[in-house]
Amino acid sequence: MSREECKILSARFGRPDGHRLKVYEAEGGYQALRQVLGERQPDEVIEAVKESGLRGRGGAGFPTGVKWGFVPKDADQVYFFVNADESEPGTFKDRYLMDYDPHQMIEGTIISSYAVRANLAFIYIRGEFGWLIDRVQKAVDEAYAAGYLGKDILGRGYDLDMIVHKGAGAYICGEETGLINSVTGTKGQPSIKPPFPAVSGFLGKPTIVNNVETVAAVPWIMIHGAEAYRAHGTEKSAGTKLWSVSGPVKNQGVFEVPLGIPFADFYRDHLGGMRDGEEFKACIVGGSSVPVLTADEMMGCNLDYESLQEAGTMLGSGGMIMIPKSADMVELIKVLMHFYWDESCGQCTPCREGTGWLHRLIGKLLKGEGVPDDLDLLDKVCEGMGGLTICPLADAAVMPMQSFLQRFRAEFEARIHETATPGSPSRWARGE
Amino acid sequence: MDHPETATPLELSEQSRQRIADIIDRYPTGQSALMPCIWVIQEEIGWIPPAAIDHLVDTLGVTRARVHELLTFYTMFRTEKPAQYVLEVCQNISCHVLGAREIIAHLEKRLGIRIGEATPDGKFALHGVECLGACGHGPMLQLGKHFYEYLTPEKVDDLLENLRKDVVPRADTDRHLEEDA
Repeated sequence: MSREECKILSARFGRPDGHRLKVYEAEGGYQALRQVLGERQPDEVIEAVKESGLRGRGGAGFPTGVKWGFVPKDADQVYFFVNADESEPGTFKDRYLMDYDPHQMIEGTIISSYAVRANLAFIYIRGEFGWLIDRVQKAVDEAYAAGYLGKDILGRGYDLDMIVHKGAGAYICGEETGLINSVTGTKGQPSIKPPFPAVSGFLGKPTIVNNVETVAAVPWIMIHGAEAYRAHGTEKSAGTKLWSVSGPVKNQGVFEVPLGIPFADFYRDHLGGMRDGEEFKACIVGGSSVPVLTADEMMGCNLDYESLQEAGTMLGSGGMIMIPKSADMVELIKVLMHFYWDESCGQCTPCREGTGWLHRLIGKLLKGEGVPDDLDLLDKVCEGMGGLTICPLADAAVMPMQSFLQRFRAEFEARIHETATPGSPSRWARGE
Repeated sequence: MDHPETATPLELSEQSRQRIADIIDRYPTGQSALMPCIWVIQEEIGWIPPAAIDHLVDTLGVTRARVHELLTFYTMFRTEKPAQYVLEVCQNISCHVLGAREIIAHLEKRLGIRIGEATPDGKFALHGVECLGACGHGPMLQLGKHFYEYLTPEKVDDLLENLRKDVVPRADTDRHLEEDA
């Protein structure tokens, strides 16, 4: 399949005028909305999205239509949230979707809100994307003026308000309950699930939170049908995926490809290999929170949910960080552990304290003060964090930490000085 | 209501007051309107002075503790007057791999300050920040609403030279300003 054939989401990427309503309409924009509103029942839309196999593109990969189906049919009020808090290190695809094609996201949000019978939608954009917030707000204003938002949309009897909500610098708000709590006007600390937001979310009402890339695929699915969408990708990983690629490769950027293609082909055809003088050592394929793989492991993988899971990692957000041989893995994990320590919201002890321990222990290694027990202690701290907290932030720190240790242990061992005088090890370190 | 924290009254433009009224109108509860209202004030004044906290408490019917909770949890809210130009350099993994450390060293040398500090004249502050979603465009820094990307020492010099003359050069994310003109 050629590159052009699978441009479901990225048709207007890189174009100077793709964000304009007139351009979007001229290229078939808002036709899906016209076909859906008043023509198909909300449940038919949910069914079509279920059949398409579309899965959440924020990281978890949960089937979108199934999530929508959890909203109680007799709910008096439902809210729809678009998660545009894109903060996962290595990920910058939603930025492209909003920068080059905000109306595609807006149309997808209107149809998705209609499917779950929501009358108020929030687009939660991370506060650092200042210029993008202006751009999306302008597009929302255009959509209101054209009658695609507001009361009695297109005269079809459906009302939807849309609010662009500006975040203020907290990674944790990308977790769906943290995001909902943030809009409620509190700290963005996640809540225990269940109850799931689809049953009890914003202000206690059913709330659906979907990633930008997820809703952006919905208009195409409505126009072309579930079967056409499934024609891309694999049986379980349907459709296309945006990969945000960073690192010293020849071509960085955001690439849309069908799910399931071999990484080796993607690396050769899209990334063009590493820059001259750099050698490919490792890859964090799905944003910083997934396990790192070696270059050899990556070269044997296909880019879909199942293949990456089999290989010991996860597709995540599709934030592909390409690591060159010149990079020091101990330094890199220090950068990541600083991030998780900095961004831990602080409500669960294993995460709040554990991320600090990991960060300090790596710092100790880098200062040349590491002792052999420290590597075991890193593992022990990880064991005390994974799966023990309200949200997955602790796991998100543990997965890179453990995989870096496992796959690049020699680099960590090289930082240990056998002659260093151990301090008084804690009871935890001694395993008591 | 007695406001012991307030030294000077809040000076806020009519436009910002109107924006706050519109937000209160659209958001389902006073508390849910708090975060966007903080933004309106910070976007005009540059930070949240004590008088603004009083204003938010009175206008939204939220507690003073609730306002402080948001101001301290979210890293973008400022409770002290910032430097004129706050340069926020990404030091996360992708930018690190692409040379952020050299860019930070260069900025520190040129400004004569370390990360986390401000110049004594209050003109520049240099902050190290976490991933800003410009990973394939690194190394990069944020200044206000915009990103300066694909940084090199030369590009940094050019930026600083302009800012010293109070000229804010076109940022890499500025492109739409021309398109929409």
